[in-house]
Amino acid sequence: MNKTVNQKAWFLVLPVLILVGFSAVIPLMTVVNYSVQDTFGNNVFFWAGLDWFRDMLESERMWNALGRQLVFSSIILAIEVPLGIFVALNMPKKGFWASFCLVLMSLPLLIPWNVVGTIWQIFGRVDIGLLGYVLAKLGVNYNYTQNVIDAWATVIIMDVWHWTSLVALLAYAGLQSIPDAYYQAAKIDQASRWKVFRFIELPKMAGVLMIAILLRFMDSFMIYTEPFVVTGGGPGNATTFLSIDLVKMALGQFDLGPAAAFSLMYFLVILLISWVFYTVMTNLDKRDGV
Amino acid sequence: MAKITLDNLAHSYLKQPKSDDDWALKELNHDWADGEAYALLGSSGCGKSTLLNIISGLLRPSRGRILFDGRDVTDAPTAERNIAQVFQFPVVYDTMTVGENLAFPLKNRGADPKYIAERVNSIAAMIGMEDQLRRKARGLTADAKQKISLGRGMVREDVNALLFDEPLTVIDPHMKWELRTQLKQLHHDFGHTMIYVTHDQTEALTFADKVVVMYDGRVVQIGTPQELFERPAHTFVGFFIGSPGMNLFDAQVSGATATVQGVAVPLGDSYAPVAGQVQIGVRPEFVRLHAGGEGLPARILRVEDVGRHKIVRLDVGGTAANAILDEGTPVPAGADRVSFDTEAINVYADEWRVAPGTAQGRAA
Repeated sequence: MNKTVNQKAWFLVLPVLILVGFSAVIPLMTVVNYSVQDTFGNNVFFWAGLDWFRDMLESERMWNALGRQLVFSSIILAIEVPLGIFVALNMPKKGFWASFCLVLMSLPLLIPWNVVGTIWQIFGRVDIGLLGYVLAKLGVNYNYTQNVIDAWATVIIMDVWHWTSLVALLAYAGLQSIPDAYYQAAKIDQASRWKVFRFIELPKMAGVLMIAILLRFMDSFMIYTEPFVVTGGGPGNATTFLSIDLVKMALGQFDLGPAAAFSLMYFLVILLISWVFYTVMTNLDKRDGV
Repeated sequence: MAKITLDNLAHSYLKQPKSDDDWALKELNHDWADGEAYALLGSSGCGKSTLLNIISGLLRPSRGRILFDGRDVTDAPTAERNIAQVFQFPVVYDTMTVGENLAFPLKNRGADPKYIAERVNSIAAMIGMEDQLRRKARGLTADAKQKISLGRGMVREDVNALLFDEPLTVIDPHMKWELRTQLKQLHHDFGHTMIYVTHDQTEALTFADKVVVMYDGRVVQIGTPQELFERPAHTFVGFFIGSPGMNLFDAQVSGATATVQGVAVPLGDSYAPVAGQVQIGVRPEFVRLHAGGEGLPARILRVEDVGRHKIVRLDVGGTAANAILDEGTPVPAGADRVSFDTEAINVYADEWRVAPGTAQGRAA
């Protein structure tokens, strides 16, 4: 086939290029700019090369934050994915209650992050919060501002409360797309409930589950507002995740150079992991689509 | 293997069915004899699949009982009934290999691995997929997937009955013949009770010993292909079976004569007085065309040559009708009359066949 060559067509792409330039490329380049320079104030900058990157890679603080971040993301994925599937499996398939459940499940997703944080911050307080007060009355020594375990538990339960719905809704959509004949055939074949899940429901949900995992991973890896509102990263540095640490460094200490190097590496890690997910997902699709 | 009895069976998808129309399956009494091959024939939405799902236990009937060899299984789950069923659209377990798919029903029943391997191999040979046993079922064509579904239906030898719900819809014509022949062979070899749902009359007539014709939630006739052809019990059977279907003419019947459009048509038998909307039915195979002479005035609209025979489309006094002529027989020149083979005329009152000589009633 002959393609018409018309260089003017580039003008059609121009608006997008400009938009992306201003919204992504230029801000990113300013970060790159900061990451290779040092300053003693008065807007005077010196070339620092890759020193900041080297510093950051040797900084125990960053490795600790990264470690906490990975632990946090792993825990919430390990809870939210199975729990979401479990909820989806037990939701009514149709009728009034199906709609009711869907609305109920969507509610947490609609609440802004800092409001979620505030809700749980108050909910967990020992003096006035329902959860904290009840636990104290029951004799449980619970205090998320003092105790590391309590702080982690609060942040994790908060995230599970906020985001399990997303996994459940996606899994539910996957389940709804399975034709009745599959379940009927499974009955005829005398497949157990577990086998129905393992050989029918899980394979049919695989695609949406990958998306759910990717979304939840990226979101949890970048989490900032909720733990910041609830624990402020404490007690000590116990819940200081990457974003919180980054903000502390960039805005609290105004260490622009290290913070810029830090955010670039942060960005690359997320990019790398998302790329791996993307590759796995497209390969799954290829297997499906023959 | 078992005799399956339907006892006053009826089903409605509504909680409180009111009118007759609310019943997807109207009251039904029938024995499916052990080891026979039945075809369940009817147009879409006439209750065929409903009936099948009730027999296999996927659906609980609103009314009546279902018995296997005299044992009431109305409330028994599918597993207990030991039935194999193949559905219209292919169901395969994507993550398993073809072989694992075929072995699945046997494995779930805890069969001996050696026996499983043996069965899987013979079934694979039957559906022509021996060389693909190790391939993943994901990504196979609809054809191949449906063959696997069929294979899974046939892999158990001890089933009470084998139910097929339009299983060959998605299979291409060449393979259709082959698989149908193999199903017949299977029936011949093992003598399972088989019920084969279809809306394709050729499929029904070639597969089954007995054809059960359903119409609007009701079984209108059960008979051999020959009975359905010669003595359709209901005008629907006459219309649905045969290509083209039976010709119907409004008529008055008294004794051994029917009067159609003012012309006397002799009947093969004498009839008691018939009330209601009376019609006579004649299959196109028994319609004779000639120029002048006895018979009903007719006008030839067109002639379709379909190879083995010719179909002549006719206008008989405002009623559309068809005649079939053998390949070698020319359409008579100037033909303007039709007459019917006397023995082949059936009389219907309010759509149901009237048996000759008897008082009016539903004749089987």
